[in-house]
Amino acid sequence: MTRVMTGLLGGCAMMALAGAAWAQDDTIKIGVLHSLSGTMAISETTLKDTVLMLVEQQNAKGGLLGKQIEAVVVDPASDWPLFAEKARELISDQGVDAIFGCWTSVSRKSVLPVIEELNGLLFYPVQYEGEESSKNVIYTGAAPNQQAIPAVEYMTDELGVEKWALLGTDYVYPRTTNTILESYLKGKGVAAEDIFVNYTPFGHSDWSKIVADVVALGKDGKKVGVVSTINGDANVGFYKELAAAGVSADDIPVMAFSVGEEELSGLDTANLVGHLAAWNYFETAESDANAAFIAEWKAKMGEDRVTNDPMEATMIGFNAWVAAVEKAGSTDTDAVLDAIVGIEVPNLTGSTAQVLPNHHLTKPVLIGEIREDGQFDIVSETEPVAGDAWTDFLPESAVLDADWPGKDCGMWNTQTNSCVQVQSNY
Amino acid sequence: MRHLLLSLLLLFAAPAFAQDLASVLTTHRNQILKPSRQTIGPVIEALAAAGPEAGPVLEAWADRRLGLVDDRFVILDGETARDAATGAIVPGEAKALKPNSGVRGLISAALVQFQLTDPDPARRRAALEAIARQPDASQLQALREAAPETDPALAARRDRLTRLLTIGYDENPEARLAAIDSFGSETSADFQAVLNPLLATRRVAAASLPEDANIAEELSPGSDALPGAEAYALLVDAGLAPPRPGNAEVKAVLAAHLAEGQVGGVPVAEQSDPARRDDAYAALAAAGTVAPIATAEEVTQALETHRFADLYAEPNPEITSAARAALRGMQTREGMAQAADLTLDALSLASIYFLAAIGLAITFGVMGVINMAHGEFIMMGAYTGYVVQTVIVDRTLSLVVALPAAFAVTFLAGVLLYRLVIRHLAKRPLETLLATFGVSIALQQIAKNIFGTQARPLTAPAWLEGSISFGETVSISSIRVAIFVLALLFLGLFLVIMKRTRLGLQVRAVTQNPGMAASMGINPDRIAMMTFGLGSGIAGIAGVAIGLFAKVTSELGSDYIVQSFMTVVVGGVGNIWGTLAGAALIGGLQKGIEVLNPGNTLAAQTWMILFIIIFIQFRPRGIMPQKGRAAEA
Amino acid sequence: MFIRKNPSVLIFLAVLAVFTLTVTLMSEAYGSGAVPTSMVKTLGKTLCLALAALAMDLVWGYAGILSLGHMAFFALGGYMIGQWLMYARTGEIVAATLANAPIPPTPTEISDGIAGQIFGVVGSAELPLTWSFAGSLPLQLLLVLAVPGVFAFLFGWLAFRSRVNGVYLSILTQAMTLALALWLYQNDSGFRGNNGLSGLQNIPGLTHVPQSDLSVWFLWASAAALALAYLLAAWLVSGKFGSVIRAIRDDESRVRFLGYSVEGYKLTVFTLTAMICAIAGALYYPQAGIINPAELAPIASIYLAVWVAIGGRGRLYGAVIGAVVVSLLSSWFTGGRAPDLNLGLYTVKWVDWWQVLLGLAFVCVTLFAPRGLSSIIDAVKGFRMPNRRGRDLGPDLGALREKEAEA
Repeated sequence: MTRVMTGLLGGCAMMALAGAAWAQDDTIKIGVLHSLSGTMAISETTLKDTVLMLVEQQNAKGGLLGKQIEAVVVDPASDWPLFAEKARELISDQGVDAIFGCWTSVSRKSVLPVIEELNGLLFYPVQYEGEESSKNVIYTGAAPNQQAIPAVEYMTDELGVEKWALLGTDYVYPRTTNTILESYLKGKGVAAEDIFVNYTPFGHSDWSKIVADVVALGKDGKKVGVVSTINGDANVGFYKELAAAGVSADDIPVMAFSVGEEELSGLDTANLVGHLAAWNYFETAESDANAAFIAEWKAKMGEDRVTNDPMEATMIGFNAWVAAVEKAGSTDTDAVLDAIVGIEVPNLTGSTAQVLPNHHLTKPVLIGEIREDGQFDIVSETEPVAGDAWTDFLPESAVLDADWPGKDCGMWNTQTNSCVQVQSNY
Repeated sequence: MRHLLLSLLLLFAAPAFAQDLASVLTTHRNQILKPSRQTIGPVIEALAAAGPEAGPVLEAWADRRLGLVDDRFVILDGETARDAATGAIVPGEAKALKPNSGVRGLISAALVQFQLTDPDPARRRAALEAIARQPDASQLQALREAAPETDPALAARRDRLTRLLTIGYDENPEARLAAIDSFGSETSADFQAVLNPLLATRRVAAASLPEDANIAEELSPGSDALPGAEAYALLVDAGLAPPRPGNAEVKAVLAAHLAEGQVGGVPVAEQSDPARRDDAYAALAAAGTVAPIATAEEVTQALETHRFADLYAEPNPEITSAARAALRGMQTREGMAQAADLTLDALSLASIYFLAAIGLAITFGVMGVINMAHGEFIMMGAYTGYVVQTVIVDRTLSLVVALPAAFAVTFLAGVLLYRLVIRHLAKRPLETLLATFGVSIALQQIAKNIFGTQARPLTAPAWLEGSISFGETVSISSIRVAIFVLALLFLGLFLVIMKRTRLGLQVRAVTQNPGMAASMGINPDRIAMMTFGLGSGIAGIAGVAIGLFAKVTSELGSDYIVQSFMTVVVGGVGNIWGTLAGAALIGGLQKGIEVLNPGNTLAAQTWMILFIIIFIQFRPRGIMPQKGRAAEA
Repeated sequence: MFIRKNPSVLIFLAVLAVFTLTVTLMSEAYGSGAVPTSMVKTLGKTLCLALAALAMDLVWGYAGILSLGHMAFFALGGYMIGQWLMYARTGEIVAATLANAPIPPTPTEISDGIAGQIFGVVGSAELPLTWSFAGSLPLQLLLVLAVPGVFAFLFGWLAFRSRVNGVYLSILTQAMTLALALWLYQNDSGFRGNNGLSGLQNIPGLTHVPQSDLSVWFLWASAAALALAYLLAAWLVSGKFGSVIRAIRDDESRVRFLGYSVEGYKLTVFTLTAMICAIAGALYYPQAGIINPAELAPIASIYLAVWVAIGGRGRLYGAVIGAVVVSLLSSWFTGGRAPDLNLGLYTVKWVDWWQVLLGLAFVCVTLFAPRGLSSIIDAVKGFRMPNRRGRDLGPDLGALREKEAEA
């Protein structure tokens, strides 16, 4: 037994030494914290590849500050505590200057305390529920006012929806988004009984009852619309059941916030045609930058690969970081954070994304109708909207504001003119 | 052919109206390029009024065939583009316009006037559908004035629509009442959809209610329908009573009147006590610096001196009462239909559980072998179905091939598992459980490595899509019916194999007494292997069925494994009827709990498992316990 | 006397002490810094897992109850301590915020503020009833033991009373942990649903202490808990109690006919081990930083059984070795550090194939080496299983009846 233990100890020491030996000074290191195994691997692996592609491009252009960029890839394996552990490793052992990573809200919440403690820098590329602004995070995905609210506005104005079914998977993003939407809709004069909310578990497959409930909503003569925050695989069963019930997109349109090109690729989309999705980017967006990006991606990964919104967000985040480092002349976190606010980088839909003082971006809102080939017809596109960290539609959040360069605070109460707290809620 | 005719017609008719249509198109060019449902109405009207040849333009626009070549509007027909106004062929790259579905709905509504009398029945049906989707008053006129319908089905549909629109929009109350009566005891959704808006109410508070108001219900404050606080809020909204400040407002007022470390004579430090805050506010109010908070008596008095009521938006009481009577009459029938629908759902869920568990009922129930990799066999079956579908494109044929293929694959896997692992662990059930867990972990990961973690499609053939409906409420998707039939089929198959074949006889003999069976010339090892293979094979077929109605992922099996074991254990080990009863119990229970708590499907699953845990405490041997000698094994 | 009869206890404690000291001396906070803080945390967590494996060995290896739900108790312990950690930390923040306002806050305002902060993220602002004691550390520490203890007692009492045995019990415990996980997944149950409790590494009142120090403190606490539990377990199994539970494992009916209260013994072991697991969990999650319902998915408890089986059940050190080796290897392989294996036609990426390897290793261990890694130690000591011929005597291979009879 002693031998086993000593052997083990030796092993641990070796690992630690190996970790220390990697540190080199002639490169700028960035961390890639995306799950490469486990349930989230399918979505997150794409983003890892995106970062690697961007690093390659940047290095080909001569690197950054005269140094090459080196991407350190770790695998948090869709295990939330492991995200925190790996983030700590990246910052304190590997000494990375920025981390590109996380997908789910819970993984971000897991990483937050570590990033804030060690003063790291995280670029978070996925649309999320808002209600957060950390000093050490740049949110390059959409806040609710850049996806959920415009989507619901579109459904009211363009589709004439009067009665709402908010269906979601039971976790924090749908919960918070639906709370915000409920509050928003009630503010617009929709009665409480005209909003139907339902939560299902991850990977839910028995949709018949819920679809029947949604169809029954139409019995009082109002146009019904579904806002879906249903996550991942569960969507397949949902759309199948909807089609089986003979409901077309003209009868009950479904607006999805988590269904994009990647999710649709390889699926039979016949049942989904005409339903909607709201994002800040679609592969079908017409711009030269987009065409170049798609070409590069396909050349690297294969012809059948698609691009999607979180990839665009990753790209914007990376370019903003590069611009900020060049402006600051250093990769020091505080210097980069000072420099990054106000930076403007082009996005793929033909406009530009500006980093705002609340560490969110300006993004255009696009609504797409699903096509037979798994792509989207863009039916609506707005001018870039400024991301709002604290939603205006919940009374306790409406008074809050985030302003890092001005007030050095992510939770500024505009009524009492005081900083509620500097650290984030986890 | 139709398009060709249309374009020909266009060519000839062009000179008379073309100017008009072309000018409409040019005037509203920007709006047509970027239409919004809110503002496009007048444009569509103008287009519709531009003459008969506007029909094809509108139709093309709705079908996303209206395009643009160098600022000219063109109608796209395959590869060719024709000018929208003149019909001349336009060369060049065309960019199709993409109106959203709201705008498309408006266009279809405008097309009604062109389509309602179209010679093509399909277009007449489309017109009726467009009206049904977006009914409005103007269409009532169009429906009544349109030429008589020749197709009997369409005529009935049109008549029905006319009556529905009459209820909603006719000027004459008599006609509306007659239309409501004409539906008799129907419970259909479209009829309800017309009745319900008639009963829309708004809540008012006033010193006295207007004489001519159509009152739905007069409410007394403090009742369940109108709690006192809500009633007071209504008064405040109507400007009939002063608002009462909340805690936050009180605090803000106090902070505003903070002077020399105290408010109203109360030191700041003491104001962490709510009672002292009230004192401070009362002192401020007494001094006249702030408005006093309305006292409880004042609130009661305000509530007593005002009247509260729900008023119908519809002014005619005769119509509202007729609508209410019609809806009330539907309630019982609706309730019964919903119960029937729920029963169907429960039955369908039960058959899915049964199908997932039937293989387990053989391996675990009959042989007593715990196979935790059973779920992974289900998954293997589903992936087999997926692979077959990628090779054979025809869906029906691929399904016909996939079912036996899935059986074969999982049969082999089962036999292999039995030979390599389970046989060596005979009589040690706990170790079998662990070893098969190991297999299950490995199989799941292998599936992930091969097929990736994303869900793979397994699409049902067209004849299994859609649903079977009985009336409006009771309906079930065909694929679920197919699963139900499959479950019954396997129940039958199981019974036949066990009771009517030599293999079944041998299986029963080996289960009861392996030693005795061996001395009668049966090879117990071979029989056990065959039985295990059979159970696994059935799991594979269940996998195809489950994949068809949901999705194929590497975690498909683990979603069902606990439920499957529950089904077998609850039903009673070793008895197929018990498994059936177990599946029915679990399926029924889950649906029952879902009805009680419609907003949260997870809760239903939690309570169902909890119920089963408690159920097993009281009937540890299940609903149908095994009796006799076999029970002791 | 007890130590003399069980020399392995002394060796184990010595190794544990040396290990803890070495890590401390190599840590960033108290030594050379060769072992980074994240590694210290990993090692501390591994010790907690070893503690849980020890409990699993008691209940399975010794008493023969294959519980597939012990990670539920582990997670419950984590949830209980997590409630206090979150509440108290948020309380500090809220109090600091409200202190800035001109009017001092009322107690209700403070607790409303805390509720808003904790549950705001899941769209609610009410403090559920289950958080009534969250403000008090002693009460919540009591709950760490009481909640899993009472839960295990009730479950065990119901199950053992109606003689639910063997695989039925395993499946039932699995259903229990699944039900608990599903319940916790719901936002309505008041434990923040899928988000779980997070930010647990920031200990209230110790915000000024850097994580590098805290990680060493927790390492020591985990090591101490493991040492104490090991002593307790070794003492338990060496006495009459140990003999009886092993007898129950090997032939329950016989023990019952000899007049022992089988249910009582089983219930005691089940509840005790549940509480040990809870302590392990309460030490684990402040190091992990976040707990959510995925932690008590049925697969977690199965892994616990895997560790014990690979380490060698029926041996206390076997469980510890199994947990340490397998969990460290797991994190090494899944961490992407293991070099890819190039087989010419196909490159084996360990991130993808580690699970397969683990599953197959598990099958092989069950088939060929029922006493797992500890059989290596047995071989070193020249200690062999008595070679019994004929049919199996009991349901379990781990039994050592003849050897025990000699001692």
